[in-house]
Amino acid sequence: MGSLQPISGPWALIAMSLKVTIIFGVVVVVVAFSTLAERRVAAWIQDRRGPNRVGPFGLLQPVADGIKNLLKEETLPATASKAFFVLAPMFVLVPSLVTFAVIPIAAPLPTPAGVVDMIIADIPIGILYVLAFSSLAVYGVVLGGWASNNKYAFLGGLRASAQMVSYEVALGLSLITVLMMSGNVTLTEVVWQQQQLGMWFVFPLSLAFILFVVSAFAETNRLPFDMPEAESELVTGYHTEYSAMKFSAFIISEFGHMVTASALMATLFLGGWDLPGTWDDAFWHEGQLISGFAQDGGAILANPAWWKTVLTFGGFAVKTSFFMLLYMWVRWTLPRFRYDQVMALGWKVMLPTALAYAMLVGGAILVLDELGVPWGFWYGLALTGVSGAATVGFMFFLDRGRTIIGAAGQSRQKVSIMSISQPAPAGD
Amino acid sequence: MKNFTNLSRVMSGSYLPLLLLFGISVVNAIGMVVTSHILNPLRPTPQKLMPYESGMIPLGDTRARFSVKFYMVAISFIVFDLETIFLIPWAVQMRELGWSAFVAMSLFVIILAVGLLYEWKKGGLEWD
Repeated sequence: MGSLQPISGPWALIAMSLKVTIIFGVVVVVVAFSTLAERRVAAWIQDRRGPNRVGPFGLLQPVADGIKNLLKEETLPATASKAFFVLAPMFVLVPSLVTFAVIPIAAPLPTPAGVVDMIIADIPIGILYVLAFSSLAVYGVVLGGWASNNKYAFLGGLRASAQMVSYEVALGLSLITVLMMSGNVTLTEVVWQQQQLGMWFVFPLSLAFILFVVSAFAETNRLPFDMPEAESELVTGYHTEYSAMKFSAFIISEFGHMVTASALMATLFLGGWDLPGTWDDAFWHEGQLISGFAQDGGAILANPAWWKTVLTFGGFAVKTSFFMLLYMWVRWTLPRFRYDQVMALGWKVMLPTALAYAMLVGGAILVLDELGVPWGFWYGLALTGVSGAATVGFMFFLDRGRTIIGAAGQSRQKVSIMSISQPAPAGD
Repeated sequence: MKNFTNLSRVMSGSYLPLLLLFGISVVNAIGMVVTSHILNPLRPTPQKLMPYESGMIPLGDTRARFSVKFYMVAISFIVFDLETIFLIPWAVQMRELGWSAFVAMSLFVIILAVGLLYEWKKGGLEWD
């Protein structure tokens, strides 16, 4: 057992370098294998085999793909803006690789030199960093689409920018309720408050969870929101002109955003690395690693152990994988929206709902505080009731067919088959 | 003096790994593009360098005019993203600030909601 002090001195630097390198490496490997997973899941859903020739179960397929993309000939269209064309894939790639930094991945690990937090950088701006860097990705997409000097790419870039900014608003607003509950923007505190509440935020903030998941799908340009690269309309949208490794960069960044978004959903709403029970709770409070507060308000010291770190990391990996699977599942289940439907959903449904829901939860929290309900299970249960009612109401509203299928319904009324005058049957 | 020590603590403690990660990512991104540029065989032909438009010979200027709707979305985005930025500090401190701040923020949200409703009724959110 080491002392319960945060790691310091030269060991801190070594631990930090190791953490950055290992977590970066793990994220890159997970991204590589999720491209394989996507193809295998697609094959599984469509009742075929998928890539299974390279290595056992096709596990070396990402390596083969990588080598192929490195060695393939690249095209650089004569009419493209060369500098921006080359810069755009890098612009897309970097934000998707650095966003992961503020997500805690496991319980703190005790070492002889001190306790190591399992997070790259526990910076005080936390979630704002994620929002800032994930929105930087739109620049690379627009730049790539514009620099290609291709009409498909141009339209894809335009659509991507409009769609991503639209859903960023809903994404940010659905986070408001989480921030109200956690009282801080750092993700370690978000995890801690879920441990203290004894309940993951997916229950007391169910509607925020739904809004966040839908917005995250739209932000990552995944089906059913893949307007920017709608194959049947725009070839592949903003990366039509890209080939070989530059094309790879776009795909890696898309999967990187998926991994980060999945990890974020797991952290914000499924407790992050927290597992059921209070045995793994740990949080830095006034220089001490505590696992909770006693009845008299005194802190209970945490008891970190390496097996707790391993177990909680396993929990975090399972939760993140679940959302990755959800991404792939949805991709092969739902058809693509039409562009006006996407924008209508973003501005007319998600935005007002997120605003109203934030105020509703804010009011409910203040009422519960006024009643003196202690922060714990019953507090969570009361909020679960409020949010559940809001979620049911939201679903009921959507299901009335006013917004999502509304546009299609209207155009059917305008040009219904009955209103077209039928030619008289010939040779009567 | 206090600000300075705070700043140096922050820079040495929690932002340094970010800088390192950023460095690794940038090197990785540049490395990928440069490596493939060195390794791949470049045999350009005029046909290969034409913009790909499904086999058609491209007509007209690519940087053509596009729908003003995209501009409307950009403006609405600025308004509502700023609103989010204003809401975040309040959300973090909401339980300490209590009802008076809640009422104030409700007024703020209602004003913006009326703005959204106006844009909606004016047809600013339609894509026809």
